[in-house]
Amino acid sequence: MGKYFLRRLIDLLPTVFVVAIIVFIITRLIPGNPAAVMLGPTASVEDIEKLTEQLGLNEPLYQQFFSYITGLLQGDFGTSLSYNQPVTELIMERFPNTLVLAVAALIIALVIGIPAGMISASRHNSILDYTVMLISLIGVSMPIFWLGVMLVLYFSVGLGWFPATGMGTLSEGLIPYLKHLALPAITLATIPMATFARITRSSMLEVLSQEYIKTARAKGVSEFWVISKHAFKNSLTPILTVLGMQISMLLGGAVLTETIFSWPGMGRLIVDAIDKRDFVVVQGTVLFIAIIFVVVNLLVDMLYKVVNPRVNYLSKKGGGGK
Amino acid sequence: MTLTQPTNSRPTARDNVNTKEAGFLKKLFKNKLAAFGLGVTILMVIVAVFAPLIATHTPNSMDLANTLASAGVEGHLLGTDNYGRDLFSRIVYGARVSLIVGVSAVLLGAILGTLLGLLAGYFGGKLDSIIMRTMDGLFAFPFILLAITLMTVLGQGLVNVIIAIGVANIPGFARIVRGQVLSVKEEEFIEVTNSLGATHPRIIFYHILPNCLAPLIVYGTMSIAGAIISEAALSFLGLGVQPPTASWGSILKDGKDFLVLNPQMATFSGLAILITVLGINLFGDGLRDALDPKMKV
Repeated sequence: MGKYFLRRLIDLLPTVFVVAIIVFIITRLIPGNPAAVMLGPTASVEDIEKLTEQLGLNEPLYQQFFSYITGLLQGDFGTSLSYNQPVTELIMERFPNTLVLAVAALIIALVIGIPAGMISASRHNSILDYTVMLISLIGVSMPIFWLGVMLVLYFSVGLGWFPATGMGTLSEGLIPYLKHLALPAITLATIPMATFARITRSSMLEVLSQEYIKTARAKGVSEFWVISKHAFKNSLTPILTVLGMQISMLLGGAVLTETIFSWPGMGRLIVDAIDKRDFVVVQGTVLFIAIIFVVVNLLVDMLYKVVNPRVNYLSKKGGGGK
Repeated sequence: MTLTQPTNSRPTARDNVNTKEAGFLKKLFKNKLAAFGLGVTILMVIVAVFAPLIATHTPNSMDLANTLASAGVEGHLLGTDNYGRDLFSRIVYGARVSLIVGVSAVLLGAILGTLLGLLAGYFGGKLDSIIMRTMDGLFAFPFILLAITLMTVLGQGLVNVIIAIGVANIPGFARIVRGQVLSVKEEEFIEVTNSLGATHPRIIFYHILPNCLAPLIVYGTMSIAGAIISEAALSFLGLGVQPPTASWGSILKDGKDFLVLNPQMATFSGLAILITVLGINLFGDGLRDALDPKMKV
């Protein structure tokens, strides 16, 4: 098992390296001098020259790349111009806030999505099944930035139950804190929740049609036990695959959710940095999110092994995995 | 319509294809939700194509004396926006942006992704490693974040939105096609074609590619829905098409600022996105069940 994890960890390094190269290339695609773009049309020639030198943009491309990679290896993501602060510091200030939001959304998605899918599968072709499936199809089609705005319209502006923006602190008490968290977390949870319901239903239906389930039923095992133990345990693998993909959805969705609710996380940091043309912050934060995603997917891969010890990845070669 | 005429001769390969098509269409339209989805999609295409005939006003003409009007006031079916522009007409025209971006971005991603997937899967070795490592790298970015980053660099505009969402779509197509190629490559008929002296491009495009089409069509359909949401998201963040072009995302962005005074701006632009995406997804689900039931998108 340890060997397997080590192998997966080593496998991860080229991907992280490729991610760093992609971010480097994208930020070099800015037409003209990025320093001039960052400073805006009113900047003087001296200021532009100074910033060009400060960012190392006058050096040859290979040298820029080398300094960029060595910086990254030392945990240096550059210094923000608009905040006048190292990007690493900015990320570390905001990352916990995004984490709180993402974890809350994931909990909502799992706690509602999986049971909904289980109930749907156990009542296959019933009205309940159709209802759950219709709601989940609407869920996966939902523009979450619209849902967020509608939740604000009805539950904050209309009913006044929840605050429309901002993030509370725990020192104000747990209830106000959770009230701030509720609408953003529900917004962000919608797509993963619907996806979990759909995948749980389809993988459970597959398992439920198998012989050993029929045997368990024939032996008189209660339906509750058949569904919750035998069937669910064996349909976990596809759920885990989807879990990995949903982490990406949560991190990407956080950009939109945090913008709607003025949540002080990494997504909001990126959007603010775009407004201020602070490419150093955009570059660093995007790279950080991509690395987080790669690492979390490694953890999900490890969970596969825990759920299904028969899986032997050591013999598996290459990417894809479909 | 596609049913074959009864003949006395032995069934030919063409008949076989026709029977397969008929079976597929029968399966597709038996699924009422898929048929409903297709209906919604066709309706949206009609709205986009005939926008000038359906819209009651010019979408960009302002009436500053009549801003944020309620629904029904002075012939404005859904009211007006913060510049006094007719909301209904802007939403009708918004369908154009959504569908143009949805289809073009997915075509761009599909063409490039398919090409890369074919090369990686067919030739294998180092080329496969280089292509797929790059795709893994692109996959590490949440879809919308990759599109946002590209838009930051490229700048606002319809073509740039298509490029950004198109590029973000490449890795998905590459992975699916590569997986298909790996399984098709092992089949006997490819070996036979190879031993008969067919060139690599001929084998790839005439023999392997047609066998990848079913999952490609299903994935492509679902991706159009994703691209429409992404375009709206980019415009919502102020990174999409340039104002004053009407886009559902940008109407929603403006609507958010006038939520109390005029909630219909945000409500109807979002509903347009939801209904279109839901329609395409319903149709995509039906396509998957009819074409490739084993696929789990």
